[in-house]
This record gives sequence, C-alpha cells and structure tokens, in this order.
Amino acid sequence: MPDNDIEEHAEEVVELLSDHADIDKDDVISRMRPLVEEYEVPISEARRSTLNSFMDDAGVESEDLMGGQGDPVLVNTIDEDEQWVNVVVKVVDLWEPRSDSISQVGLVGDESGRVKFVAFETSDLEKIEEGKSYELENVVTDEYQGDYSIKLNRTTTITEVEDDIEVGDSDVTVEGALVDLQAGSGLIKRCPEDGCTRVLNSSRCSEHGEVEGEFDLRLKAVLDNGTDVQDVIFNREATEEVTGIGMEEAKEMARDALKREVVAEQMKDIVVGRYYTITGPELGRYVLANEFEPAEVTVDAEATIVKVRSM
Amino acid sequence: MSDSESESGYQTREVAKRVFAEELSESTYTFKESDDERAPTYALLPTGEKTNRVFFVGTLTETDDVGKDSEYWQGRIVDPTGTFFVYAGQYQPEPAAKLRNLETPAYVAVVGKPRSYETDDGEIVISIRPESITVVDASTRDKWVSDTVERTVDRMETFGESSDGYNQMATEQYGDDLSDVKEWVVTALESLDDDVATTEADTDVDSDSAETAS
Repeated sequence: MPDNDIEEHAEEVVELLSDHADIDKDDVISRMRPLVEEYEVPISEARRSTLNSFMDDAGVESEDLMGGQGDPVLVNTIDEDEQWVNVVVKVVDLWEPRSDSISQVGLVGDESGRVKFVAFETSDLEKIEEGKSYELENVVTDEYQGDYSIKLNRTTTITEVEDDIEVGDSDVTVEGALVDLQAGSGLIKRCPEDGCTRVLNSSRCSEHGEVEGEFDLRLKAVLDNGTDVQDVIFNREATEEVTGIGMEEAKEMARDALKREVVAEQMKDIVVGRYYTITGPELGRYVLANEFEPAEVTVDAEATIVKVRSM
Repeated sequence: MSDSESESGYQTREVAKRVFAEELSESTYTFKESDDERAPTYALLPTGEKTNRVFFVGTLTETDDVGKDSEYWQGRIVDPTGTFFVYAGQYQPEPAAKLRNLETPAYVAVVGKPRSYETDDGEIVISIRPESITVVDASTRDKWVSDTVERTVDRMETFGESSDGYNQMATEQYGDDLSDVKEWVVTALESLDDDVATTEADTDVDSDSAETAS
C-alpha cells in the first residue's frame, strides 16, 4: 500500500474534521498506517475507523460532518439536494462526457433503481467500469428540475465490491388519455453550450444569454386516466415515432408558416384525444416515454353487464 | 386528486372525468367552492362526484353556426347513451375552426368544461365548452366507452361510502336511485359487445348505430 494513499486519506480526514477540531495530519497517519500495513485492513475501513476515533476524541457527531458517514442509502431515497451520502451501486451505463471537465458520466443503480452520476477531471479519481459494483463513499446529491443525480468529488472513496448488485427497474407504466400538450412542446431550440441544453426562450438561454440554438423535438404531454393526471415527456425519438413527424419535416413546416408553434399545433391534432400506455423512468414529476403503445379496451363487457345488473 | 391544490401546495391540473352523455345531461346542479370570481364552477354528477373538466369520444353528427353577430358553432356528439352539445365561439378559435371545417359524421375526442344554462322554459341544460376537439378512430371510441364504463361503475360502487360530501350532495339534489345510471352502463356495454361481434368495425355502420342510439 503506497504511502501517499494513506497520506491522501489522512488529509481528507483532517479536512472533514477541520470545522470541529484542529488535528495534525501526522497523528492521523500514524493511526492509519499500522491498520493498513500490519493488520491489512482495507484502506477505506482504516480511514473509517480512524475518522471515528478522532470524532470520538473531539466529541463530534457524524451528523455534524459534511461527509456521508454511516450506512449506504438506496438511490431512490435520494430526494434532497446537496446531501453527502454513501451508495453501493453497479455501473449500468457509461456515457460519452460532453465536456472536458467531466471525466466520467453515466448511470449507476442498486436494487431500488438507477441514478445518474458525474465525476470531474479535477477530482482525479480512479475510473469505474461498466458492469462492476462499487461502494461510493462521500458523494454529493444534486438536483436539476426535480431530477436527482450524484456527483463524485475529491473526497469520494471508490471501493470495488464483490457482490453483483441486482439493479432494480425504476420504470413505471402509466395509462390514460392524452388530454393536452403543454407549452414547450413541438419544435424547440436548446442552448448549445457544453452540458447546458436549456430550452431557449426566443433565442435567449437563461444562463448563457443570446445564443445560436440547436433544434430539438419534444412533447410535454398530460396523460389523464379519469382519476389522476400524469405529466409525460416524449424526447425527440419518441416524438418522431408517436407523431410521424420527423425533424426535417418539422423544420420545413415551421419555415413555411414562419413560426415554430405550427409544429406543436399539428402534433396536438395527432396525439390529443388518444389513449396510450407509456413506460419509462420517473424524472421528478415527469415520466419519460421510453416505450408507448395505444391502450387497449380493458373492460369485459359480458362480465360487467352481469355485475352491474346485480348491483 | 380532484382538489385543485395538491398537498405540496402547487397548482395541479383538474382531472377530466369520464361521464356518459346521459349522466352529464342530468348533472344540472352546479356550484363553486369559493367566493373568488375566478373559482372553478363544478357540475355535480348524480353518481356523487364533482367535475369541471370532462373527456369524451363520440360521433360528431351535426355542426351549425348558431351565432347571431359572430360565429358561434354548435356540435352534436353522440355516445351510446345520448348527445353531448359543444359550443365554441371566438374565444375558442381552434375548436371553433374544427367545428367549421369537419365533415360529419366523424369520431371526435373532446376535452372541455361543463357549462349550464337555463332555457326559456326554465330547463337547465348542460353543454360543453371545448378546450380541444380532435379526430380519432373507432378503436379510440371503443376504448373511451370501456374506460367510461369502468369509471362510472367505480363511482356507483363507492356511492354512499365516500365521505367527501359530494355523495351526500348528490343524494340531496338527485336522490339515491342509480338505476338509470345502471341502464346507461349496460347500454354502453352492449354497444361495445356489438362492435366486438362485428370485429373490425366499419366506420359508417358504427356511426349510424350510434345515431339511432340517441
């Protein structure tokens, strides 16, 4: 076990406790080193027990620390921004980072579902591999428009675990009549800045100001089953499939009519009033329409006639 | 869920209730739940729920411009039990354009708000102010009939058990005899059964039978 690993963990322990106690890094190292070198305790465990003993000495409770001490949480219980947590997850999917500042981005999951993760170049962390399972300690939760993700950071420890984690299916299926399209449906423009993708209002991005937008297609639909309403998002691919209108055709319609709204009006005629069964992950108050099909007649006419007559 | 404010406090959209034409035409008692001028007006269903939005699918059989000075379009939309009347004028330009341009008969889906008015001889009539009218196919109509049977049976099953006050309100306004509602449900189911028997329903035959059902 190289010395500078111990040193790095020791530094983090000092930093974690810095708001509560003035601790010398060498004291931390001299406590950690024998655990690792003589007793062959995994470094993450050595770090944990060292941290705990210094916390005891300083009278610090784990809630006082910014770090995600304690038991791992299930990813579908993450419902607050900027919380420090530990998770035990399998890497489900790695995506191509869209910015040089991001070293890895993708999906991780546990039995409760999936969550997006991001690791930054500056954190200088070891890379995680698709299909492998890890305990990620000290990650920070992040929220964007009701959608949660986790961010790995400089203090995160990554420990591969032997167990193959069964990743839960967090998809939901909803059925109902599509009764309305909300503003922001149809042919839209997004901010082209790295990692932004915000939808433009006229040609302005709320973050980056006046920009040359990139066209996208989207439906923000309201699905109503007569008892509840559910907001559903169709991304470009799903929008093209459900409406039969492709990107080029949409642009042409907008050019001919001299306004983009004509695309949403046309799409409204095609989808509003139809019944759909939609399956996909929940993103905040939306369900993402990854799969959809026309909903089928469900009532058993003869049995129901008998039932109603006997009421 | 039928409250316009959810527990978390943000405005939630009013659910579109599934009601057959005959039940809606009996829903003549309307009320508001606040003194605010812009508060929604609800129609009370005989099966004991309030509604300020409905969704229905039926056969558009006739359209007329009944306006005097400006265009005001009436559409008759028929389901297995009876007829919905929709009215759209200058403040509902898209639905009005649909009623102006559509050829009848056609299957249409309507999302709209119930409105009540009193005729010269004192009868209360419920009509619909459409938010959208779209042309659909026979299978969507069948799905709506099936859906509306299920929702109506749900309301009948919980009638007298729900404690939200609307059951009691309905009993006071309309009585607690739901035998008419039962008949409408059976009629609707029989129409569905016919369709199933004739399988791939021919559009013309279907709209004819729907018209005679009115």
